[in-house]
Amino acid sequence: MPKLDARKLLDLKESLKASKQAKPLIVVHMGTCGIASGAEEVLTYLLELVRESGDDIIIKTSGCAGLCSREPMITVKMPEKPPVKYCQIDRSKAKRIYAEHVKGGKPVREYAIGYGCEMLY
Amino acid sequence: MIRKAKHKTPRKTKAKVASKTINICHGTSCIEAGSGQLEVAFEAALRHKSLSADVKVRPGRCMGYCHVAPVLTIEPDGVTYGNVKLSDVERIIDKHVIGGKILKDLLVPAEPAYPSLQPLSRAGFFEKQVLIVMRNRGRIDPESIEDYIANDGYQALAKAVSEMEPEQVIDEVKRADLRGRGGAGFPTGLKWEICRRSKTSETKYIVCNADEGDPGAFMDRSLLESDPHAVVEGMILGAYAIGASHGFVYVREEYPIALERIVGAIEAARDYGLLGEGILGSDFSFDISVVRGAGAFVCGEETALMASIEGKDGRPRPRPPFPAERGLWGCPTNINNVETWANVPPIILKGGEWYASIGTAKSKGTKVFSLVGKVKNTGLIEVPMGTTLREIIYDIGGGVLRDRKLKAVQTGGPSGGCIPASLIDLPVDYEELSKAGSIMGSGGLIVMDEDTCMVDVARYFVRFLEEESCGKCTPCREGLTRMRQILDRIVEGKGKKGDIELLEALAKVVKDASLCGLGATAPNPVLSTLKYFRDEYEAHVYRKRCPAKVCKALIVYRVIPEKCTGCQRCVRACPVGAISGPRAQPHNLDQSLCIKCGACYEVCKFDAIAGDAIYVE
Repeated sequence: MPKLDARKLLDLKESLKASKQAKPLIVVHMGTCGIASGAEEVLTYLLELVRESGDDIIIKTSGCAGLCSREPMITVKMPEKPPVKYCQIDRSKAKRIYAEHVKGGKPVREYAIGYGCEMLY
Repeated sequence: MIRKAKHKTPRKTKAKVASKTINICHGTSCIEAGSGQLEVAFEAALRHKSLSADVKVRPGRCMGYCHVAPVLTIEPDGVTYGNVKLSDVERIIDKHVIGGKILKDLLVPAEPAYPSLQPLSRAGFFEKQVLIVMRNRGRIDPESIEDYIANDGYQALAKAVSEMEPEQVIDEVKRADLRGRGGAGFPTGLKWEICRRSKTSETKYIVCNADEGDPGAFMDRSLLESDPHAVVEGMILGAYAIGASHGFVYVREEYPIALERIVGAIEAARDYGLLGEGILGSDFSFDISVVRGAGAFVCGEETALMASIEGKDGRPRPRPPFPAERGLWGCPTNINNVETWANVPPIILKGGEWYASIGTAKSKGTKVFSLVGKVKNTGLIEVPMGTTLREIIYDIGGGVLRDRKLKAVQTGGPSGGCIPASLIDLPVDYEELSKAGSIMGSGGLIVMDEDTCMVDVARYFVRFLEEESCGKCTPCREGLTRMRQILDRIVEGKGKKGDIELLEALAKVVKDASLCGLGATAPNPVLSTLKYFRDEYEAHVYRKRCPAKVCKALIVYRVIPEKCTGCQRCVRACPVGAISGPRAQPHNLDQSLCIKCGACYEVCKFDAIAGDAIYVE
């Protein structure tokens, strides 16, 4: 691993940020709260779906999304669209979201909390 | 008389414009795409054109145009522009703000990206939250240092080691007026300065206190799980400022995922030269090790924590000497909580002034709370200091579970107190909470409804602390045991005249005479419930009643024959077969079998079963 200095760190950041999202992205929130309520099963299932279908989709894990009582949560981000947060996901809900939102481009309203980002200062 | 010619100020050509507001989106995507720089550029350009009085720049809420970030909306025109670059600032002001023309190439279509959904910024739980500490939550992969770097990670460190002297870092933290998030709220900058100036030894240490033990609190765990590099970067900055050569993260063993992620983050940072010898090519060296705690509550107290790191019994010692003078192995040591460390990188990157502009007069920035108890949305929230309890419980929390009445909010864990529902409009900051008889603590927030017995709650916390007391000093060891015995007596219906007064007197002694923070704050749950709910104690002692119908010794379940329709729901619900009776006739409840679980009371549709304590008399 190359040791960084301030210049190289900035270059690395720019190169990491430069690429625009080209593929659909599914983020599975895997904090203790998510894992305890079944996020691992959802993740395994989504990975299976992708492997079986051969679709070009990125699946990523992240930490708790905040709303621990409604875990497991996933975030779906399609290219050129804002991210959508879904809550209380299980296999059957994951299947529907995969088919309708990730493949079909139409979010599943019943399971969605909302779209867009959280606010920063 | 000679009249002095009036000095004529050269008048700037000031364009006449209608007053407008430029809302620059502060959603995570927009900030990532540079909306912060846009804000600065707009303000500078407006000042230059003398338009600052008429045109205001404000942070805007995310409206879901994240794919064309950064986004801004000009009001009252209702025009939204996306993919705005710094080079667009001039022409937006000249053409739109002054000229009243719309810039078609930047225009974002007004219809929402997903018309069937609501924006997250209007979705209850997320609406009032604004993030600093949890800026990366749910967005980055906590196990990928590249993800953190892509989101401005370690840029604050790069800025510090290449442009700032250690004293300047301390000054920035002082300007931010950051206060310790572990509970006591001591000014962080000052703490660092004292440690830096300490002459006890050349070797200095820093510690991250992640020994989170309050029941129902999980701020530290969640932060370490979702963004461990924020804590690592904060610690490196602190070490640079203080002149420390080594740091320790003290995490409890029962947080396996947090442990795994912080250990992974430290290794990844080392691989990139962000930890170790010559950090980022400078001559500053620093490294971090992780120490696993066995889960004793008292080890959250700084002197006990240090003893535990040294491999000794986790017991506190008297202060002074304070850790800044004599800490780990006798060397100056600075201890801060997880959340405090995670606050540091944004302060260094954006400046102390920016941070100090958020919050209340004496409490700056945001606070992370774990919102739990009888509330609809439980979870981890981050709000600006000064947000009221009402906003937290009703807007973010969605209200009390099953729409019951709110009774109290417990803040600060076992060291904190209960705030009654009547103080729900209290703005949450260090001062207001302590005025109300509670403390900020590390951020546990437990919502209690009308079915909660406050005497029982006080007993729960006293029992917890009695078990966790290390036993070193008598007031805490013996005092808490006696307090628990009195509380046991009261909830068992054996309370006698004078018990409440004795409990209060004991509580004050324990508070004043205990050696460390555990004992000194242990009576808070009792004192605060005595202050606000004394009538409940009196009902238990003098009338042998538990108004919330919780204390089993003080309640009797009986069937009200006039109301009972004989539906047999309660017969089926009773786990011990204490209720009998044929269908359509009032049922019998055998008191000798009844275990007072309340199952019948819960299922009865006709209010035919009363948990009525008067019956005891």
